[in-house]
Amino acid sequence: MFRGRSDLPLTRDGSVRFLPWIIALMVYLACLALAGTLVVRDVVERWDQGLAGTLTVELPPAPAGGADDGAVARTLKTLDAIPGVVTAIPLDARRTAQLLEPWLGTDIDTADLPLPRLIDLRIDPRSGLDSAALSARLGAVVSGARVDDHRRWLDRVLRTALALEAVAGLVVLLVGAAAVLAVVFATRTGLAVHHSIVEVLHLIGARDGYIAGQFERHALRLGLRGGIGGLVLAVLTIGGIAAAADRVGALDDAIRLLPALGAPPVEWALLLLLPLAAGAVAMITARITVLRALRRMP
Amino acid sequence: MVRFENVGMRYGAGPEILRDISLRLEAGSFHFLTGTSGAGKSSLLKLMYLAERPSRGLISLFDRDIATMPRRQMPALRRKIGVVFQDFRLIDHLSAFDNAALPLRVAGIPEHQIKEHVTELLTWVGLADLLTAKPPTLSGGQQQRVAIARAVIRRPSLLLADEPTGNVDEELALRLMRLFEELNKLGTTLLIATHNKSLVDRFDHPCLHLAAGELRVERARKRSA
Repeated sequence: MFRGRSDLPLTRDGSVRFLPWIIALMVYLACLALAGTLVVRDVVERWDQGLAGTLTVELPPAPAGGADDGAVARTLKTLDAIPGVVTAIPLDARRTAQLLEPWLGTDIDTADLPLPRLIDLRIDPRSGLDSAALSARLGAVVSGARVDDHRRWLDRVLRTALALEAVAGLVVLLVGAAAVLAVVFATRTGLAVHHSIVEVLHLIGARDGYIAGQFERHALRLGLRGGIGGLVLAVLTIGGIAAAADRVGALDDAIRLLPALGAPPVEWALLLLLPLAAGAVAMITARITVLRALRRMP
Repeated sequence: MVRFENVGMRYGAGPEILRDISLRLEAGSFHFLTGTSGAGKSSLLKLMYLAERPSRGLISLFDRDIATMPRRQMPALRRKIGVVFQDFRLIDHLSAFDNAALPLRVAGIPEHQIKEHVTELLTWVGLADLLTAKPPTLSGGQQQRVAIARAVIRRPSLLLADEPTGNVDEELALRLMRLFEELNKLGTTLLIATHNKSLVDRFDHPCLHLAAGELRVERARKRSA
């Protein structure tokens, strides 16, 4: 398919041998940028889905310290009467202490600390309950009670993820632009090196498309070769990072901030299209470059 | 077929190489183009095979004014013109066969026809044993014959040859001239630039003489005995 007969000795042209290496590097960087975006998007989506319909009720600590079981009981009773509340489970002191362990360590007795009581609340997302109304209702029962829907924190994470996606998109664009420039340079060099042959072809009646076709097929081959090389390197790198992340997670689950590297298989499959995209970009760029150069000939 | 009216040509901002050239080559005619080195013979041919544009004047090929012809129509026009370049301009990495086949390939002729025609023509010019030879391994005369084969393979309507017999012996020069005459009988218009005065004298064709960028038409001479 790609190895059509060529009147131009482009395959022996030393001046373009660097091109597959440059394209490999570009595809490698683009792969890493896109893979990073996919992972971040997947993590954020999982957090978003995990937090949908999940609220936390915070009851202020008793003025004298220690647990205020009465306030918890009143809150649970109120919640029980609200339609749309699926479950309301108060966190016991041990679970609260576990949540604080990363900051306070294990040697602190949290019983003496003025910690708020937390109730893990699950609501039916279709019920239309909103955290502000719920806060007001619970505040009437227990002074200072409030409901956190984690939205503030999640919004910040979403904004950060969007910024990361924009940066990754910019990286891919810059990488694409650099690849285009490299192909333009290589094609112009090829045109200069083989100018006499191009001129003969032109003078014996070759159409511009005939001459450009020889350059574009060559560029497509180089683009695909470089693209596949870059993809293989990127897959090895991502695999290495995933393995390292898994090993760290296995050593200490507590420091595993992100879930395992992952995204839907369809999205990962998009990365496999990068070498094809590199080949297409190289081919189209070479064609346009040659056609523009030929237009200057008589 | 070919019409020049007050054509002038200069390279860049240099002096005019050709001045006020007016000529007319009728379809089926055969002309020699003579002149000393630097007289402008190659430049005149370049204008005819559309490698250069005139700096002034009108050039009409096949009744088409080339100044107003759309670029996309140029390849079809060029395919009607066969050119034997003075420096052959063969493609080194292609075999003699592939070099001669080039005009057919760029025109999209099927391979089986190409094989038949090219083999026949290269055999005729005495290169049957060198079909797969690359130009750098051929002598000057052999290269010239490949160049001529490439120029005539499509039976062009107009054949322009720049010193086509410059590197071959007398006998082969006469054979090639007979090939040109055969093509001429088949309707090809010929213009052959040459230094070879004896060749010009030997064939009964009119002669265009270039001197200092200006053209003079000489009548056909009587064929020598």
